[in-house]
Amino acid sequence: MSIFEYNGSAVVAMVGKNCFAIACDRRLGVQLQTVATDFRRVFKVHDKLYIGLSGLATDAQTLYQKVVFRHKLYQLREERDMKPQTFASLVSTLLYEKRFGPYFCQPVIAGLGDDDEPFICTTDCLGAKELAKDFVVSGTASESLYGACESMYKPNMEPEELFETISQALQASVDRDCLSGWGGYVLVVTPTEVRERVIKGRMD
Amino acid sequence: MECVLGVVGRDFAVVAADTSAVQSILVHKSDEDKVMVLDSHKLMGASGEPGDRVQFTEYIQKNLHLYQFRNNIPLSTAATANFTRGELATALRKNPYSVNILLAGYDADVGASLYYIDYIATFHKIEKGAFGYGAYFCLSLMDKLYRPDMSVEEAVDLVDKCIKEIRLRLVVAPQKFIIKIVDKDGAREYARRAYTDSPSEAATVTA
Repeated sequence: MSIFEYNGSAVVAMVGKNCFAIACDRRLGVQLQTVATDFRRVFKVHDKLYIGLSGLATDAQTLYQKVVFRHKLYQLREERDMKPQTFASLVSTLLYEKRFGPYFCQPVIAGLGDDDEPFICTTDCLGAKELAKDFVVSGTASESLYGACESMYKPNMEPEELFETISQALQASVDRDCLSGWGGYVLVVTPTEVRERVIKGRMD
Repeated sequence: MECVLGVVGRDFAVVAADTSAVQSILVHKSDEDKVMVLDSHKLMGASGEPGDRVQFTEYIQKNLHLYQFRNNIPLSTAATANFTRGELATALRKNPYSVNILLAGYDADVGASLYYIDYIATFHKIEKGAFGYGAYFCLSLMDKLYRPDMSVEEAVDLVDKCIKEIRLRLVVAPQKFIIKIVDKDGAREYARRAYTDSPSEAATVTA
């Protein structure tokens, strides 16, 4: 079994009208064994920037700690929050530093940039950035997620509709993947508020 | 075939582990204590490579004591767990430890907590958990029978049921177990579960 499939994960981010949504599943497993059903994969960097980390859980946790550390240093020096584009480059650099001994995770970055313009991107485990205008996916359920998002996505969705769409896409995809699931965390971020919801699906 | 399991109850946490020290087909000793008392209110149940287990748990214990000597206050359970995870993560790509850890502790402000830290430094706070082949039998038992805010008797009863299942169903199962508890009065040994003669008896007798 691949090292990326050791813990099982599913992360997806979508762009809406002046908002974005980022979601992940809740399963933490060790290959076939489920260890926990309340594991978080999406983390806040600052109020308008979130990172979701799929892949090996230990590397996701390590990478998150490194990224938060770098961002806090940036905040101290620059006295402002990082822009999503800058942050994506930071993550990309951190990953490429380990080119010949990489962190086994695939980050999904989602944020509101200048003028609250939504920004999403994903990178592979070596830091190759992939920008997108509509949605990005990663994890063991990524292939299912691509299909589900492609069919369900529409541009310029309002936050409530975006929440429905991303939740349905996530649920449909993880239900076909034995290594991810057990519910989901869905965050919808607008310029004024962040709504986090825990969704319950097939609990297997 | 080492088993470590842990459960959080109402203001206490229980960690149990088997007490066999095995190398290939030889049982070196059957009273090996794998649940280390880190300090007054913390327990660390560890399973894995024997040398790594002893070295790593002692390393954590001594660092914990050092912190307390330097700063005059003990480290919280969450901080201890994160420190342990950090040490495992730093060593992971240099000189990895093959130790799986269940860290239980009691803090006055937070209550009892249990942390799952596996050998590649995956870190998660849990209510119930287990490592080893025994986990395949224990986890589903715990899912069915665990409730939050159990009393000590109920929690130990759950642990006993898990031990009974391990004895009955695991090939070359460890027979003897140690159960330790941590609550506001501190971390201490609660009970030992000793040898029984036959698998069928194991289904009915635990002491």
